[in-house]
Amino acid sequence: MSGMIAQLWSDFELARDILSWGCFIFGGLAVIAGSLGLVRFPDFYTRLHAAGVTDTGGAEMILLGMLLQSPTWIVAVKLFFIGAFMFFTSPVATHAIAHSAWMVGFKPLEGPELKYRESVE
Amino acid sequence: MGRFIILVLALAGLWLLLSGYFDVPLLLFFGVVSVLFSAWLAKRAGVLDDDSVPVGLMPRILGYWIWLGGEIGKANLIVMRQALAIEPKLSPKFFKVPNPPKSSVGKATFANSITLTPGTVSIDLRENEILVHGLTEELCDIPAITDMGERVAKAERRS
Repeated sequence: MSGMIAQLWSDFELARDILSWGCFIFGGLAVIAGSLGLVRFPDFYTRLHAAGVTDTGGAEMILLGMLLQSPTWIVAVKLFFIGAFMFFTSPVATHAIAHSAWMVGFKPLEGPELKYRESVE
Repeated sequence: MGRFIILVLALAGLWLLLSGYFDVPLLLFFGVVSVLFSAWLAKRAGVLDDDSVPVGLMPRILGYWIWLGGEIGKANLIVMRQALAIEPKLSPKFFKVPNPPKSSVGKATFANSITLTPGTVSIDLRENEILVHGLTEELCDIPAITDMGERVAKAERRS
């Protein structure tokens, strides 16, 4: 009986490790892709979207991976709070930047053509 | 008064979970004092309204957040593909979506959801619509974003 419980527990730990590795890999990829996009995208507004990938996919997935690895429940709760507060505050910061850029008349690139027309006059 | 009690309970829960002290009477007493003091300050400052303690949204918005998590994951993949593509196919544009939620908390939740979803950023909130900047044609999906707003409006309906 105790052997079965030990077996179940080690299976559970294995599943937990696999899940959190998946989260770390996806989160790391999201951070790399977001940073690359931040450099490669053509103008201010499109770069905001790349930063959004780092904010949500990157940070939240890495936090989720750490949450699955947390040794005690109090650490898990604190990581959960960090994730929740980021979830609510990061879009506010993004909106504040985007809104102020819009209000001062910062012109965006538009249109589906691959050549972007120069709009910052 | 109901709002005051809910705020006290939420603050007490936050204090307990962040401190992790359950059996040190002196610290628990200080916790109770600080929670009551903060709640009293909030009441005295007159900020105990639907904006600071949004009880109207509370039970049903949790399901919405889980659904939103899935949407964020899907949009993340689209934007990541564009960021890693050899030649990104972007077609950024501005468009307007209606803002169906009634309360200011609901409106803010909807605008935040748009910004949280990669590929769309809410730029400006008008009377009944939101100006959104989208990254690609695929992400400028006005019916899907309107549906997101309807879900927020449904979650707040009871209040």
